[in-house]
Amino acid sequence: MEGLLHQVISGIATGSIYASISLALVMIFLATHQINFAQGEMAMFSTYIALTLIQAGVPYWGAFVLTLALSFIAGMVMQRTVLEPLARAPVLASVGAFLGLLLIFNNIAGWLFTYSLQPFPSPFGEGKPILGGMLSRHEVGSIGVTLLVLVVVWAFFRFTKLGLALRGAAYNPESSRLVGIPVARMLSLGWGLAAAIGAIAGMMVAPIVFLDPNMMGGVLLYAFAGALLGGITSPLGAVVGGVLMGVIENLAGAYVVGTELKLTTALVIIVLVLVIKPTGLFGKALASRV
Amino acid sequence: MSDTEKSTAEKGTAEKGGAGEIPILEARDLHAGYGPVKVLHGMDFVVNTGGVTTLLGANGAGKTTTLRAICGMVRSTGELIFDGRRINNMPTEAIAAMRVGHVPDGRGTFMELSVEENLRLGGYARRDPIEADIERMFGYFPKLKDRYRQQAGTLSGGEQQMLAIARALMIKPRLLLLDEPSFGLAPLIVREIFAIMRQIIASERTSILLVEQNASLALAIADMAYLIETGKIVMSGPAADIRKDESVRRAYLGY
Repeated sequence: MEGLLHQVISGIATGSIYASISLALVMIFLATHQINFAQGEMAMFSTYIALTLIQAGVPYWGAFVLTLALSFIAGMVMQRTVLEPLARAPVLASVGAFLGLLLIFNNIAGWLFTYSLQPFPSPFGEGKPILGGMLSRHEVGSIGVTLLVLVVVWAFFRFTKLGLALRGAAYNPESSRLVGIPVARMLSLGWGLAAAIGAIAGMMVAPIVFLDPNMMGGVLLYAFAGALLGGITSPLGAVVGGVLMGVIENLAGAYVVGTELKLTTALVIIVLVLVIKPTGLFGKALASRV
Repeated sequence: MSDTEKSTAEKGTAEKGGAGEIPILEARDLHAGYGPVKVLHGMDFVVNTGGVTTLLGANGAGKTTTLRAICGMVRSTGELIFDGRRINNMPTEAIAAMRVGHVPDGRGTFMELSVEENLRLGGYARRDPIEADIERMFGYFPKLKDRYRQQAGTLSGGEQQMLAIARALMIKPRLLLLDEPSFGLAPLIVREIFAIMRQIIASERTSILLVEQNASLALAIADMAYLIETGKIVMSGPAADIRKDESVRRAYLGY
């Protein structure tokens, strides 16, 4: 019983990191109806930037904030230079661009930083595990950081004029332009936010799995499954789905398929959701406007 | 914002006193269409400052395309002069920011957002506080007040039309474009909405371009009218005269 509880709780810890990436995926999906397959690699690259800054002597939280700012700007620039020109292109062209970005980030990271595993520091210290020995200090800290991010993002979208404009632009671009919202600028802002949220997830997961260019491959898969499970149109669903995926992963790994095959649970969940309830737990069916 | 408002208001009254009133919007030889399909073939019309102008015509005559050209959603050639400035092919959001309110074809409701959020988005282009204006909208449309927190997608067609008008008014429009506010609504609801529009015309300081299929309704509240057939103006004049015209009566009013 204690083992089960342990699996669930540490599942919540990794799940909260998946939840951040799920949220980033959903934000882009709501705005563009596309899945940014490069979201994970962008986060990985951001984490390398953080590591470079830390190795250059910048204190952890300084590097953290700088990385967020750089990721935000890079996300905006990418939307402007790569995705914006494809706005009217067929969907496959964008999918190609996303996959291209994925490969480019992966390869440049490998080229610049090598493919060997590198330790990434945790700001929460080593210390003794807490909560009856179930969670490391870093896991508790990363849950805290994730929660904080989610609350800030939620408050931004819920209570600020800019957040409302971003939501309006995502839901109904035409009406948004008619009330004076620069929809293109909102899209790049959304990309910047998603990149920054992804960067946080990368910096939180790296101390657990070690940093290498393929670090986010599995994470992206779990996060995508989580986003679908929660409902790809629902930010709240993304968070719930992401956390659930962390728990499902742990339980399946411990009791069902074993650690070697646990990544398959993500694929099983993706297929099950798409077959049984494509809208996920909290999502809504997308009505296409004619 | 308030400075420009004052100056235009003063200009408006000064112009009204003079002989030649300067129109808020003027179209000269306006051409527009969708790719190779041309819809407007040289339209000339004016919307007088502070007045209600209506464009009447059958389905496919080019009414909606005219409005879309004005707000920059379809490309156009010729001249579209808003407040002395050529606005052809400017970005839609820039035209809106010049305080052109638009009640679009299909109402343009932000379905997933609440009634309140729809109204707030309507006031996006403004820098001044908008709370008082939201309250003012509830004066016109008490039904929206009851549904303040409700998701706009759950509103009835009539309520969504009211929301669309309120949303467009939130920008404090100097020109309000209305695209068939009667479309797809029960006659009783249409009458209610047009009664409210009379109040709005009486108390808001705005110029209106109303596009309608329902000619008798439109002519009752407009002071100038234009008749469009296949992208061209075929007749124009004071609404009262158009209403009396024999051929218009037979073709558009049905009596």
